[in-house]
Amino acid sequence: MSDPTLSPLSTRINFSDEQAMLQDSAVAFCREHSPSLTVRGLLTSEAGFDRGLWQEITQLGWNGIAVPERFGGSGLSLGHTAVIAEPMGRHLLATPFASTQLAIQGLLAGGSQAQQAAWLPRLAGGGIASVALFEDDGDWDLTRLQARASVVGGSATLQGNKTLVTDGAVADVLLVSVALDGAPALAVLPTAGLPSGTLQRETIIDETRRCHRLLLDGLTLPAEALITGDAALAALRAIHRAGLLLASAEAAGGIAGVLDVVVDYLNTRSAFGRKIGSYQGLKHPAADMLVGLERTRSHVAHAATLLVDAADAGTGALAEADIALRMAKAEAGDSFVFASDRAVQFHGGFGFTYDCDAQLYLRRALWLQPWFGDAAHQRQQLADALLAA
Amino acid sequence: MNELETFRQEVADWLQANRPPTPDFLLPESFMEVGTDPQFHYLRDWQRKVYQAGYLGMTWPTAYGGGGRPQAFQDIATAEMARLKVPFFPNTIGLFWAGPLILAIGTEEQKRRFIPGILSGDDIWCQGFSEPDQGSDLANAQTRAVRDGDDYVINGAKIWTSLGSHAKYMILLARTDPQPAPGRPKAADAPSGGRAPQSGDLGGSRSKRYAGLSYFLIPMQVPGISTTPIRKLTGEFGFTQTFFDNARVPASCLMGKEGEGWAIAMKTLTFERGASGGQAGGLTRMALGIGDVIELARRSRRNGRPAIDDPFIRDQLVRFQIEAQGDRLCNERGRFPALCSERPDAIPLSNKLRLSEHNRRLYQFALTLQGANGARWVGDAHAVDGGLWPRSYLNAFASTIGGGPSQIQANIVGERVLGLPKD
Repeated sequence: MSDPTLSPLSTRINFSDEQAMLQDSAVAFCREHSPSLTVRGLLTSEAGFDRGLWQEITQLGWNGIAVPERFGGSGLSLGHTAVIAEPMGRHLLATPFASTQLAIQGLLAGGSQAQQAAWLPRLAGGGIASVALFEDDGDWDLTRLQARASVVGGSATLQGNKTLVTDGAVADVLLVSVALDGAPALAVLPTAGLPSGTLQRETIIDETRRCHRLLLDGLTLPAEALITGDAALAALRAIHRAGLLLASAEAAGGIAGVLDVVVDYLNTRSAFGRKIGSYQGLKHPAADMLVGLERTRSHVAHAATLLVDAADAGTGALAEADIALRMAKAEAGDSFVFASDRAVQFHGGFGFTYDCDAQLYLRRALWLQPWFGDAAHQRQQLADALLAA
Repeated sequence: MNELETFRQEVADWLQANRPPTPDFLLPESFMEVGTDPQFHYLRDWQRKVYQAGYLGMTWPTAYGGGGRPQAFQDIATAEMARLKVPFFPNTIGLFWAGPLILAIGTEEQKRRFIPGILSGDDIWCQGFSEPDQGSDLANAQTRAVRDGDDYVINGAKIWTSLGSHAKYMILLARTDPQPAPGRPKAADAPSGGRAPQSGDLGGSRSKRYAGLSYFLIPMQVPGISTTPIRKLTGEFGFTQTFFDNARVPASCLMGKEGEGWAIAMKTLTFERGASGGQAGGLTRMALGIGDVIELARRSRRNGRPAIDDPFIRDQLVRFQIEAQGDRLCNERGRFPALCSERPDAIPLSNKLRLSEHNRRLYQFALTLQGANGARWVGDAHAVDGGLWPRSYLNAFASTIGGGPSQIQANIVGERVLGLPKD
């Protein structure tokens, strides 16, 4: 008996046949190309991903999915990337897909005509890009910047450091946030010709990913490479939205993936003469994992819908999407950490070993949780939006 | 303005002009909590008034007292009732279970006899499924109905009969054959969420027990049927235990054929979930959700400031909001098979677990917002909102226990959705 619940929040979800086809194709591709052995084989590789596979993904058109047709893309929106990110997360498929999508969103929202024309066709065609937003203090506020740019004549000089730059070493171009005259700006920084040592590998908890520290001191670039003012703020917001959506979708896939690992083990392993999945102490938390998965998937589907709609309707519709995205990230972050934490525990002694896949998912969850703000941070931001008198 | 929007305005205007004044007693939260005669009559009068105005049973056939209009109109009327927080209708079993069932598979005579009274509230219905000794195991019903000439003779007991002392009719599940031949109920009859029977095992050794069950629409005012009120943990009444001591009812009370009881009970339960449509419309309970708790937080104090300014309380409130929104979105996503293809049963079979546990925790949290006043109870002059919150918290166990406790629900999710082995 469900009476209509009073809520000011929309529950709109749309899912087109086109999205369903894209989803089917992505699900099949990721399942086929990213078995556990392949994932583990890449953990110790320098790049962390398979260039050949990246070419295949490019040929499938996924990289250009949110790039306008005039720049060689499919002309769809950020909302359409969720159905690709979820199966990637499920199979721990490592590629610079998310990094590149973030940069694409930044360029679309804030880049000049020239910057878009220079980079978007290249990125749709398999080029790699990333964003350099975070700094040593770990603050999630992307507008509080220590790194800075100073412009003299037609030339900008950069100072400071950025951290946790995903896929920094393989990116062709980086969008680097810096303070310019006290306001946020984004430098569109090509990596070709950067002095050696500019990008230094960082050690992060998710071994399927690669992160780098970016040393800016002394780098110069033409002043027109800077995105400034309102354009820079718009670009940062767009990147932030992309980060929340892709992290949430990836986490949804991660929960589904780790739930498969758990269910398989609970149906296989016996203790005290019974399959361990028959014990309610394990069965009930497994049900809780499923509940987290279902709620996460629903939040992601809704947020993706609002982003698709906003792409058609214009930026006015984005306030609603921002709430949906933060809710999705909060639910996804906590649910994925819970599921993968319990997955380690339920594998017993095996769960404590490096060989158990549960740790791959737990490390992924612990990477995604703080990326663009953990669940508590999202709730704090949501409280300001939702609890105002 | 199109026709539906015009109608929405019409309903809203009518509800605002005709809603009953707030009574000087605390209203019950649902039909399961109607504990006093003043509560009962207040709610029944309201149902009758709304029905007479044409905003209840709008989709049911005019031949039986319904409105004969498209579903969209009833949906709008119900949504306006929720928005304006008017009282619910007490004849829930009739409007949401028995009525839709009779319209779907009843005889012409049954439709003419029962439907008008269900809508007006003149004929209150109750439900006789659960039994004192069987807990959540509905299929093990032991109440016997033995054919004797033109009658059935009923012996046994049912429990958790809501409105048992007010009801004129009961939908009854009783055993007509104690040792039926082995059979297997059709898969389509499987419960799939809501207040479903909880065995989770539709075949094998238990299938015989389903085969001997039959379904009856019986009058309550006959010799041999008696009800005893059950006092709940809140101290209130609302349920009865119903005893059958050689109670004779006409053989025409049988619905369908002997042995079809389980299948018909399952069909009844699908109406409750609301997935299949056909309900008369209106509210089934006092809507009390996260929005009300946020409003409570605005009125409550912490360290000299509104409680809603407290960072910890804000975090908790938003947690509940995200959960509630997640569940609403699950309902919406459930409409898209392509978004549920991995485990199509996941959303419906986890529905009761998610919603009932959410509400229990939400009401418990609402008590903590009240500071020291969280210790007060209904009847105390200074109880916040008349003691609505502590009462709601204790009554929330009706949903986490009734219709299969959360622990059984978690078994169902684990076994039937995830494919884990049985205990």
